This record gives sequence, structure tokens and C-alpha cells, in this order.
Amino acid sequence: MASTSADRRPDYPVERLTGWGNTAPTTARVVHAHSPTEIAAGVAAPSDRGAVARGLGRCYGDAAQNAGGVVVDTTGAGEFSLDPATGVVTASAGASIDELLRGLVPWGFFVPVTPGTRYVTVGGAIASDIHGKNHHKAGSWCDHVLSFRLALPDGSIRSVTPESDPALFWATAGGMGLTGAVIDATFRCPTIGSSRLVVDTDRSDDLDGVLALMTEGDDAYDYSVAWIDMMATGRHLGRSVLQRGWFAAPDDLPVGDRANPFAYRADVLVSAPALVPSGVLNPLTIRLIDEVWYRKAPKVRRGEIQTIPQFFHPLDMIGTWNNGYGPRGFLQWQCALPLDAVDELRRIVELLSTSRTTSFVNVLKRFGPGNPGPLSFPMEGWTLSVDVAVGNPDVARLLDEVDDLVLAVGGRLYLAKDSRMKGSMLRAMYPKLDEWRAVKASVDPDNRLCSDLGRRLGLC
Amino acid sequence: MKDALGSVQSALVLGGTSDIALAIVRRLVDDRCARVVLAGRDPGGLEKAAAGLSREGVEVATTPFDADDAEHHAAQIAAIFAEHGDLDLVLLAFGVLGTQDGFDADPASASRVVHTNLGGAVSASLAVAQQFRRQGHGTLVVLSSVAAERARKSNYVYGATKAGLDAFAQGLGDALAPLGIDVMVVRPGFVHTRMTEGMDAQPFATTPDAVADAVVRGLRRGATTVWAPGILRWVFAVMRHLPRPVWRIVSAR
Ligand SMILES: Cc1cc2nc3c(=O)[nH]c(=O)nc-3n(C[C@H](O)[C@H](O)[C@H](O)COP(=O)(O)OP(=O)(O)OC[C@H]3O[C@@H](n4cnc5c(N)ncnc54)[C@H](O)[C@@H]3O)c2cc1C
Ligand SMILES: NC(=O)c1ccc[n+]([C@@H]2O[C@H](COP(=O)([O-])OP(=O)(O)OC[C@H]3O[C@@H](n4cnc5c(N)ncnc54)[C@H](OP(=O)(O)O)[C@@H]3O)[C@@H](O)[C@H]2O)c1
Repeated sequence: MASTSADRRPDYPVERLTGWGNTAPTTARVVHAHSPTEIAAGVAAPSDRGAVARGLGRCYGDAAQNAGGVVVDTTGAGEFSLDPATGVVTASAGASIDELLRGLVPWGFFVPVTPGTRYVTVGGAIASDIHGKNHHKAGSWCDHVLSFRLALPDGSIRSVTPESDPALFWATAGGMGLTGAVIDATFRCPTIGSSRLVVDTDRSDDLDGVLALMTEGDDAYDYSVAWIDMMATGRHLGRSVLQRGWFAAPDDLPVGDRANPFAYRADVLVSAPALVPSGVLNPLTIRLIDEVWYRKAPKVRRGEIQTIPQFFHPLDMIGTWNNGYGPRGFLQWQCALPLDAVDELRRIVELLSTSRTTSFVNVLKRFGPGNPGPLSFPMEGWTLSVDVAVGNPDVARLLDEVDDLVLAVGGRLYLAKDSRMKGSMLRAMYPKLDEWRAVKASVDPDNRLCSDLGRRLGLC
Repeated sequence: MKDALGSVQSALVLGGTSDIALAIVRRLVDDRCARVVLAGRDPGGLEKAAAGLSREGVEVATTPFDADDAEHHAAQIAAIFAEHGDLDLVLLAFGVLGTQDGFDADPASASRVVHTNLGGAVSASLAVAQQFRRQGHGTLVVLSSVAAERARKSNYVYGATKAGLDAFAQGLGDALAPLGIDVMVVRPGFVHTRMTEGMDAQPFATTPDAVADAVVRGLRRGATTVWAPGILRWVFAVMRHLPRPVWRIVSAR
């Protein structure tokens, strides 16, 4: 059947896309943009099913997909510039944290926030309002953004600052690309004393122990995160390794390194897919990895010097570890809970760890207060993220059960990680959802900004 | 949209009064499915089926559809998608069994069954594939049968239609896989439904609910082939290779 509107369309390649979890693939016509102008043109391209921007596809679920519509791949637009006097950076949306760090660190600057991978773009960082190990001190990505330019489906481009248009600015922070495509952004970057960190490690035999350590001690550290063993049960439920630190001053470094305190190397040791055998991450290997890794950590260690990749991006050393879960993929489930919801947190850890679902990367952190973004994820309290292998038919019900626990205490789920929550939960989890909808309707009255996540959750 | 765990939010049933299909759809609406379209040739039966599915927050619509009317499948199915929006899952459930005695007495009636079970299923599936390509996603669940694995002398016309359908659906699935479109082939054994009413049950006979559970588990796993009950996969792994004289005896009961 020939479609007339199809005949008028530019000839963009049809590509199959998934998120990092490799689940729920869909196809879209992909515009490979190489500049901010091309991003803007892609968003306004004719499409019966709208458009959405895509960065490096590190969201786990379906946020950067748009089945049957247009997806604007921004990764070809990656220039940025630094003002070394102020630490203010202006970057195209497709610039990655990896690229930024290679440019910034030698000048003595760091990114304001980094997630557990450096392969995310500036556009993706804004759209998910990403958080890092410093959330308790520095907030999330958009707290550091001075301005951005947003391309809208009508072809217009708006310059947005928190002062000029606070509603649009904050709706875009965590707005999952559904309020427009960021084409470039200006943000403030902090100075660092060296490219190394001073790291303290504390191993805790159970959940209460690690929560207490974080409650009492996090304020003394710039960065803090706990890796939690989700295969441990019973007495050792929630056993964790807490790593906290700050950037070292040149004097903290070993003498040999002081001459070049901002040396920065970020290598991928293994990246060929063939080197990460499909399905290598199964319940058996993961139990083993978790056990070894927990035992390997010292009970207490103070003042260890670590590099940026070691401390912030250990997973990036294995480029395609996500393929380790096999062709069916996996998902990540991340919640935020109020500080006093410790019993619910324990119950959630218990449900997930006794279910024997496969879980490789599991992180527990204490968030500081959130920001005004209606869909921005962080809120003061605890955040837990766990990997879950797909394939076990009981996982769906288990996750619905833990979702209910989250909802009941006024917690929420992270959309950048989500791939299966019920759309009906969204309003309770994000009480300012209607405010967000009003802003979206004002900039996108025909609802042309759309993604698979948006369709699934009723956001577009 | 489908989600990472194989849950769907909308479904279309071709053969909307089928007992097996309705058991599957009941599972789907108990999960995240909030929009159902039942398509079939018996308006009264469809209304009854729709009433049986209705619950809070679930929209159920019915629409006329005749599997034998291949000429209109593409347009009709396009119209269903146009009216109801994205349909995440399509369940191809229609089929007729017939009796071998009937076919022997009236060869033309056998040809009509081939036309319904195979011809109609092929054109309807291809029409669905057009819509799935357009919407960029979708899961087609095709009710084949263990009869597709090896024809038995008691109903080899039906078996031949299912063998053709099964091969077609596998090929379609391979063709669409690169597009993120899934085709699941379901091979039930003997199921107690309207279709088999009054017949002697075969070994490993099962129920529509059990078939539905197997299909839902298959969706969760992203399976391309589902046997119901699961043991039939192994039974037929053997049956398929029995020498003809032995099969003739085994399949006679
Ligand atoms: C190993 C790993 C660890 C992670 N750790 C963390 C963590 O610690 N903290 C955290 O917050 N997140 C974390 N994440 C999630 C990740 O930071 C976010 O999903 C981020 O948005 C990914 O950026 P991306 O460039 O890959 O964007 P994509 O995944 O391509 O897209 C994500 C969203 O951003 C939108 N988007 C992308 N570009 C633009 C643009 N130019 N304009 C508007 N919208 C756009 C997309 O439409 C989509 O909704 C982690 C992910 C992985 C794989
Ligand atoms: N029951 C079993 O043992 C068994 C085993 C393996 C496979 N299967 C297959 O499973 C599927 C569902 O069967 P079932 O057991 O659920 O039986 P069923 O309840 O009799 O369902 C058969 C369906 O096919 C429909 N149909 C037949 N001809 C049609 C046509 N020309 N146009 C539109 N719809 C038509 C029927 O609609 P009406 O209401 O209008 O008649 C009915 O909805 C069939 O394909 C069958 O071959 C069944």
C-alpha cells in the first residue's frame, strides 16, 4: 500500500533501536545530525509519528526510541568549548561526558555530575536530569545548567534559561526529550585539584550498617556510593561496599605523579562484542562475581588514590557488558524513597534478593534534596538501582510488587531506567505531572514530540 | 507499547470468539492491556465475548472480519489500526477443524477449509505486517497446532493447513525480526474448546487457560515458538522421526 505522505518524506534510513538493556526493539527513521542546525531540522522533519532526540542510547529502556517515527541521533554533533577563566562550557547536545572529560580534565576541570558511565551525551544528561555520586552535595545535572537551546517541532529554536523561562527549563530537565530537542547547552564545571581521587572504603555486613554509615558520614565526602550485593540474603541481606572520596590535591599524589597532576587516560579494555560472550552474566557467574568482589573489598581502607575511570566509571572498562545478559536483554529498576522509608527499603532489597533474579550492577545512594523539575527523578532520601535479567516469567509480578511498595511510601521510579512500569503510577510518583503536561502542550500543541516511553506511559 | 517484559497495552484478535484467544486476552487485560479489539464474523458472539472481558479501565471494541474475504484484509486491517491506534499484539486465532468424513464426501469443503485456515491466515498476517512496519513495532501470535508437525490420517486436511500456516509464520517471523517485530508460533495439542466439543480427548489434552499461560510465559521470554503443554515439544521431537508404519499406528488413536 503506497502512502502518499511517505512519498514526500526525506529518505532517512530505517533502523532498529533499543536502549542499553536490549529489550523491546522498535524501528524508526533515523536522522543522523551533525550539527545543532541538523538536530533542529530532524525534529521538524515530516513524520506521521513524531520525533524524539537520541544520544548514546544509555537509557536502559525505550526513552530514546520512537516506533514508526523519526529519531534524531545527535551524536554527530559533539563540539564544545571551555572558558578556562570561569569553567563555563558550551557544548553541542551530542557531546559526551567521555569527550568532555578528555578536554576538561587536563585544564583542571571536571563535569558537574557524572553517571556511572561516561558514554552519555549532554542532551541525554539534561533529558534525564542525571545524578551522580555527588548528588548529596551538588544536586543533579540541570542544577548546573545556565542555558540551553531547544528545537521544537514547528521548526523554531528557543533559548531557555532558568530565569527567562523557568517552566520550560524545568520541564525539559528530566523531561525525557518530550519538550523539544536540546541542540546545545551551557553549564558550569567545577575545578579539581588533580585527576585522582582520595577514596575511603567501608565494608558493611548488612543493610542497616551501610545506611548508618551514609547517614553519619556522607557530609564529609564530595562523592559517595555503595555497591550492594543483591545475591546475599538472610543475615547478610544488603551487605555493601561503601566508597566515598574527593578529588585529591597535587600534594596527595604519589611523588612521581605530582609533576603531571591532571594526567587523564580512559581506556576501554574490552570492547569487541565477541569478548563478552552472550549470556555470560547468569545467576551462577554473578553470585561468584559478587562473592569475590565483596570479599576482595577491605573492611575499612582510608586514603586510597584512585583514577577517575576507576572511581567513577569502572564498568566502562568493559565496553559492551550489557551483551553479557544474552539476546533477551535485561532491565534496570531504580527507585527513590524518602529517608524514613528504611523498612520499605529493606523489604524491597529482601524481595529482590530472595527472588534470585540475576543482578550484576546494584547501587545504593543517599540523595540530597531534589530540584523544581516536575519529572526530575532525585528526591531527598535513598535511591536503589538493580539490574534484572529478562526471561524469568515471574519477574514482571515481582517488579509490580516492589513498585507498589515504592508508591505506598511516596517514592518514585527513574524514567531513564524504566522499561516496564505502569503508566497509571506516574501521577502519584511525580505529583507535578500536570504542570509538566501543560508546558509540553504549550510548546508542542500537536504532540509531535513522542517516544516509545512516552507512548507507553501516556506522556505523548 | 510492548514493554521489556513482554506486557502489551493493546491487542487485536482475528477470530474474536475463539475460546483459546479469549483465554489469552483475559490474561493480557489482567496485566497491562487496556484496549482490545475483537474481530470476527459473528456479531452476537463477539458482543458476548466483549462483555466477558470488560472491566474497569479496559476498552473492548468489536469489528466485523471474515477470514475468507482475503481481498479486503489489507484495507480492513488498515482501517482497524487507523481507528484504534497502535495495536501492540495481534492474535491470529481463527480456524476451522472440519471432519475427514466431511472432506471425503465433499472435496470442495476441504478446499474452503484450506482457504480459511491457510489462505485467509496468510493474507491477514501480511496485512498485519504492513501495519506493524508502519507503526514500527508489534507482536503477531499465530495459533498453529501440533497437527502442523505431522499429518495424521484422521485429519490431514486440517494438518496440512496448519503445516502451511506454521511454515509461513516462521518465515514471516524471520523476515520481520530485524524490524523489531515478533511472530510467535503457538502449537497447542488437543484443547477442550468449542472446536473439539464432543470429540475424544487426545493424550496431553489441555485447556484454553493452560494454553494462555504458556503464551504469556512465551511473551515474557520473547519466545518464537510455544508448545502447549510444553511436553509436546519433546513428544513431537520423537514423533516427527517415527518411521511411517509406526506413526500410522501411533497416530490412529
Ligand atoms: C552503565 C550505566 C550507568 C548509569 N549510571 C547512571 C547514574 O549514575 N545516574 C544517572 O542519572 N543515570 C545513569 N545512567 C543512565 C544515563 O545517564 C541516562 O539514561 C542518560 O540520559 C543517557 O544519556 P544518552 O546520551 O545515552 O541518552 P539516550 O539514552 O540516547 O536518551 C535518553 C533520553 O534523553 C533524551 N535525549 C537525548 N538527547 C537529547 C537531546 N539532545 N535533547 C532532548 N532530549 C534528548 C532521549 O530522548 C531520551 O529520552 C546510567 C546508564 C548506564 C548504561
Ligand atoms: N482446540 C484445539 O484442540 C486446538 C488445537 C490446536 C490449535 N487450535 C487452533 O486454535 C485456534 C482457535 O481455536 P479454538 O480452539 O479456540 O476454537 P474456537 O473457539 O472454535 O475458535 C475458532 C475461531 O475461528 C473463527 N472462525 C472460523 N472461521 C472463520 C472465518 N471464516 N472468519 C472469521 N473467523 C472464523 C471462529 O469464529 P465463529 O465464532 O464465527 O465461528 C472462532 O472464533 C484455531 O486456529 C485452531 O485451529 C485449536
